Amino acid sequence: MAALCESFTLCGLSPTTGVGLGGGLLALEPGPDPDHVLLTDRGRTTTLFKVSDQKPLGCWSVKHGQVLTCPVVCNFETHEYIAVHDDKVLRIWKNEDINLDKVFKATLSADVHRIHSLPNGGPVVLFRGGDVRTLDALLEAPQQEIENIISDEVIKWSEAFMEGKQPVLVFTTEKDGDFFVYVQKLKTNNLHKYKFEQQELSKPMSFTAYIKNQIITLLCLCSNDCIYKVLIPLQQNTEDKEQILPKSLLLNLSVCGSVLKGTSFVVLDKDHIAVLGSLTASDEEPKECLTIWNTKFQTLQTSKELPLGTSGQLWCYEERFFFTHGKVLTVIMYKCETSSLAASVGKLKVRQTPDVSAFVNWNALGHEELADSFQSQQSGALKYESKMVLRSNRNAVANVQTDNLSVGKVLQNLKDVPTRIFEDELRQLMSKAQALDLQASIGSVVTALVNRYKTNPKHYHRNFLLEIVQAYDLSYSLCPDLMAVALENKDVRLLQTCLLRFPDIPEEITCSCLEIFLSINEDYLKRIDVNLESVICYIDIGSDNKEVKTEIVENGFSTEQEEGTWDNQLAEEAHLTNDGELCPVGPQKAALLNAVLCSAYSEVFLLPHLKNLPAKEAVLFLRYLFYLYVKCSEKINTTLPGMSSPTINQIMDWMCLLLDAHFTVIVMLPEAKLFLSSMHKFVRAQVRFYSELNKIEGSLQELQRLHQQRDPQTYSIEVLEII
Amino acid sequence: MGEFEVHRVRFFGLVPAGVRCLAYQSRGSRLALARTDGAVEIYNFGVNYFQEKVIPGHETRSVEALCWAAGDRLFGAGLSGDITEYDLARLCVSHSVDGGGGPIWSMGANGSGTQLAIGCEDGSVKLYQVVPGGIQFEQNLDRRKGRILCLSWHPSGSHIVAGSIDMFRVLDVSSGITVQTVMVNYHVQKVKRECIVWSIAFLSSGTVITSDSFGRVQFWGWEQGTLQESYTVSASSALSLAVSESEDSLIVGTSTGATYQFQLLPVKMDSQEKRWVRTKPFQYHTHDVRAVAHSSTALISGGLDAQLVIRPLMEKVSKKGYDVALRRFTFPHRRLVSCARKARLLLFQFSQHLELWRLGSTEETGKDGEVLPLCRMPEHLVQLKSKGPEHIYCSCVSPCGSWVAYSTASRFHLCRVQCEGSNISVKKVPEVPKLLLPAYQLQFSSNSRRLFIGSARGSVHILHLLEPGGCRHLHTFQPPSGSSEAIYLLASSTDGLWLAAVGGDWVIHVYNLKYLKYHCTVPMYNCAVTALAIHPLINTLVIAYSDQQLFEFSILKKKYTSWSRMVQQRGLHKAWLERDAPITHITFNPKKPSHILLHDLYMFCVLDKSLPLPKNSTLLMNQNTLKQLPETARKQELHAFKICKKFQPLLFVDLLDDNCLVVVERPIMDFKTQLPLPIQQKKFGT
Repeated sequence: MAALCESFTLCGLSPTTGVGLGGGLLALEPGPDPDHVLLTDRGRTTTLFKVSDQKPLGCWSVKHGQVLTCPVVCNFETHEYIAVHDDKVLRIWKNEDINLDKVFKATLSADVHRIHSLPNGGPVVLFRGGDVRTLDALLEAPQQEIENIISDEVIKWSEAFMEGKQPVLVFTTEKDGDFFVYVQKLKTNNLHKYKFEQQELSKPMSFTAYIKNQIITLLCLCSNDCIYKVLIPLQQNTEDKEQILPKSLLLNLSVCGSVLKGTSFVVLDKDHIAVLGSLTASDEEPKECLTIWNTKFQTLQTSKELPLGTSGQLWCYEERFFFTHGKVLTVIMYKCETSSLAASVGKLKVRQTPDVSAFVNWNALGHEELADSFQSQQSGALKYESKMVLRSNRNAVANVQTDNLSVGKVLQNLKDVPTRIFEDELRQLMSKAQALDLQASIGSVVTALVNRYKTNPKHYHRNFLLEIVQAYDLSYSLCPDLMAVALENKDVRLLQTCLLRFPDIPEEITCSCLEIFLSINEDYLKRIDVNLESVICYIDIGSDNKEVKTEIVENGFSTEQEEGTWDNQLAEEAHLTNDGELCPVGPQKAALLNAVLCSAYSEVFLLPHLKNLPAKEAVLFLRYLFYLYVKCSEKINTTLPGMSSPTINQIMDWMCLLLDAHFTVIVMLPEAKLFLSSMHKFVRAQVRFYSELNKIEGSLQELQRLHQQRDPQTYSIEVLEII
Repeated sequence: MGEFEVHRVRFFGLVPAGVRCLAYQSRGSRLALARTDGAVEIYNFGVNYFQEKVIPGHETRSVEALCWAAGDRLFGAGLSGDITEYDLARLCVSHSVDGGGGPIWSMGANGSGTQLAIGCEDGSVKLYQVVPGGIQFEQNLDRRKGRILCLSWHPSGSHIVAGSIDMFRVLDVSSGITVQTVMVNYHVQKVKRECIVWSIAFLSSGTVITSDSFGRVQFWGWEQGTLQESYTVSASSALSLAVSESEDSLIVGTSTGATYQFQLLPVKMDSQEKRWVRTKPFQYHTHDVRAVAHSSTALISGGLDAQLVIRPLMEKVSKKGYDVALRRFTFPHRRLVSCARKARLLLFQFSQHLELWRLGSTEETGKDGEVLPLCRMPEHLVQLKSKGPEHIYCSCVSPCGSWVAYSTASRFHLCRVQCEGSNISVKKVPEVPKLLLPAYQLQFSSNSRRLFIGSARGSVHILHLLEPGGCRHLHTFQPPSGSSEAIYLLASSTDGLWLAAVGGDWVIHVYNLKYLKYHCTVPMYNCAVTALAIHPLINTLVIAYSDQQLFEFSILKKKYTSWSRMVQQRGLHKAWLERDAPITHITFNPKKPSHILLHDLYMFCVLDKSLPLPKNSTLLMNQNTLKQLPETARKQELHAFKICKKFQPLLFVDLLDDNCLVVVERPIMDFKTQLPLPIQQKKFGT
């Protein structure tokens, strides 16, 4: 979590360095030692500060009439200062020197754009014409010829890095609205030119870059208030062709309706960016402020208002921001810790289009695999920048990716059309959705269908919804209202499908399903088409409800004969008692209950909801579970036959849960008494049986152990390979 | 690297003797251990628990009690009725005094180590003064009926508490009278069995702690004779008991193999009142835990299953080091096997006899892991019984297989073994020169013409062996600056020019055999040498120390080799340094000069000097990984240590020829079956 800490004033600024764009300082560069900065104003003075002491240590000026045209830098190796005044005149001096007139002077043959000083590589001079020389090379022959490489392009920004042992200079130029990037490797003296991807509505305003794993990451702040990322690999085969660099969106500087018009920005770490700019809300005065953003979670982490105005420049050295605020140069310290999702979402959340359900592309979040995520980020960028006209696009096959985001609007347009046309349109939409965003778009389609039902309960797309749920890998969280609506409509088929397919159903909903399934009329169920594949193998579908409840002939024996009259009479009298042989529910209901048994749940969350189950239903469910348990135990491998039937563990878990939740009720109910006692008897018999198995297993294990021991002999000749 | 034909030998029937008693000396951090066969061993805790000294046992000299007195003098007493002092430099009994009270069951030294008290069969407690060069009888304390099985001094030295059957007594040292008698089974009515007080401790607070045959640990106030607390830790006997020096923790050993820790803890947080509480149970042994000791940082226990277990107390250890792991020692830290490479014979050393075996052979070859069919079975050639009650100190078979030498405390034997077909004749060489005995280490030269004998005072004798069966004393090397310690390891070079010898002071001297004079001394490294060998081709001395460091010393240049310096600079792999057991044998492959073969109890290693050392981040035991890699990918993964852990516990490894190894294993289960049955305990589920 990033945070801004205390601030202090480093120095006052002379009246000439006014506030506002175009004013301000020429630059602030790091000084010769840590905690030192070198400030160059737009006139003829440069000052060395010790930041923590807020104290100037030295101040040098060029003569009246001369102007410093390039920020003064420090050569970290020799601790000398280097200045350029009047574009061509180079001055080099040391701390002891007072008068700049008397120090080393060299007049160059071309205009200098900027000098970059590298900690281990010495200063590098960039000329306006795009040519680059190291200072050492230049001082050997100051009047050497300097080429103009970039003709009439204008250098907008430049930066130097060390890549291994070789200095690399990156600069961007502009010509007629086109932007170019040049990468100059000094040692090998090879220059690469790249062209920026064209952007209609926005143009780059500010740049910053860093180097990592031989890849230069160039970030640019564009006039559409977004920060884009451009990756420039350093190891590239020499190709003369001008390559176009694709860019991907890194961050959108908008916060709940208000937009940050950034002027400059710096990269703090791999997840954080600081932006200085003015926050423009729709109906308020723009306010200048300093903000820190998390790019991983796309959130605004912290901000500080700067009511006195800034010059729009921002520097950052050693965990400190430097910027002009009013008439002073202000320093703010910051802390930037590794971000976690929980910490990041605390502040304002970025929301783009509220009518589309949010879908996070997790692939795009892994920042480490720069190259790998390149493509997905690109698509992410496209997603955000879609500002196309929607209707016209719907038929354009080439531009499918924009479709899914426009679903909301398509649906708005379809609000009042008849059901059939509505469904057709949606089918078309879904068929166009691409694999990457498939689930997101399907999710929004389902949400749309549900919303349509909510506005008008007549529109319940029973079959269409079932079709969608069966066809795609959806989850509860993608269409949270779907099951609630299905519950409302008692659409048991859809609920069954959801239970079997969704991995993340809340326990409350699972319980509601269970209650509905238990309470629903068997006769009603018989008319409904339910997926019976989980019960077809162990419940006789043909036998109708009445048969199930009274008697069934198995293997030619009547249960009446087998069980004796006593039990059966009781069964007939109570109509609820069960001897464990007959299924207490019809096959449809059993299939539905199986779906509940197979769904995922967490005991802790399920138990409170399970307690709300009415006693009658609870007993019925318990009896069904017991029936399944007995069925399972009939086979040696304790599994039920058939597709997606519940496992013995699931049955046992639910039995325990149900007994836990309704213990007192079940004990009190007279009709459950007999059933409970037979269940107890059965469980006790099973426990005995398993304890016998336990003994056998112990003996078998011992045998195995003995067998292993006997294996090695007292003498053998073996082959051993040592590598 | 290559395939080996491994002769996997499991017929060495060594049964280590059980641990009878322990005595820990905190000042020198040494542990003295006596086994049931009368052998006494010294473990040095300062150098990774190396078993630095062994005094072999004696048929008639059982040791029932050991104690350190007068600094670092070690005394033992046993059922022979003698009090024995051990000479730890010469590794033998220095003198022995008859206690005069029949068999001695217990012994203890007072806090200052100036007096010894012995508890005898006749029920007497006798005091002896420890004087320079021996002990002197001082006083007989009050005698009562019943053998004194255990005794303990009050830390102030004013009283002795002596445990007997059904009772214990407190004796006043100055007057010699019994001032308190406590019946320990007074509280148990209707018990007909007698209750043996197996072990006893006397704390400075006046508390007496007893452990008895009813499995109880009881705390008594001696003045009133009242029972303060009683814990039953076992259904069978609680055999042994030891209290820490700070008197806040104690360990009890029981006959079920379990040990228990008791601690003196406050009743409540920050409360002044403290009570003894049973805190931790341990089950490291399978048999009786006859002896326990308590160092300041560890619980030490020794059982009849021959195991010595050192269990560190984590709360007492301040930094992570070698000491924080649980250690178990069953086998000696020295070689009991020697090998005649050329004749393919193995000589096994037992406490009172030797066995000579001929290895089998095969004509097949196979792939890794295959067991080859034998065309000749191994053969037990001969068993040499040592006469007399003394146990064997050392033994050796010559490379040609025709000479066998061994030594006991007072006799040195050299035999000529001749195998002609199935006929084996063993002829004793009649007139061996009179030498300074015992011999601590024997080594034949590689051409079997000479025998080197490591002896006391750092001296090495050379015998010239004569055909058909004789010998002549050639020379005796003495260390240039003298030494009082016995030589315990020898190494000779294949070309017969050099001999390296190391004694109990851990100084390695190198002698020139051609000119029969001293050559140089390896720079002192303050750690015990566990193995050394001279490279057959380049005459470098490879040394393994008990802290698992390896050095290579060039004899000709008299300095460490560059490889050795490199190893010291880079450091060995962490997993290598944390190994449990010391390297006990080093050998070489003459065909591959860069290889060094070493082994400890749990692994053997081919160290290839030409390969890079493993970094700490890489896997040390990478053989299994390598085997799964394709040939091409192996190259980058290779490192110098090629470790094989297939054979365990490993008593001996040697190279017979360039692709033939012999390994001698002694599986724990094999010798456990030869131990007496432990107390049967009902285990759940069986």
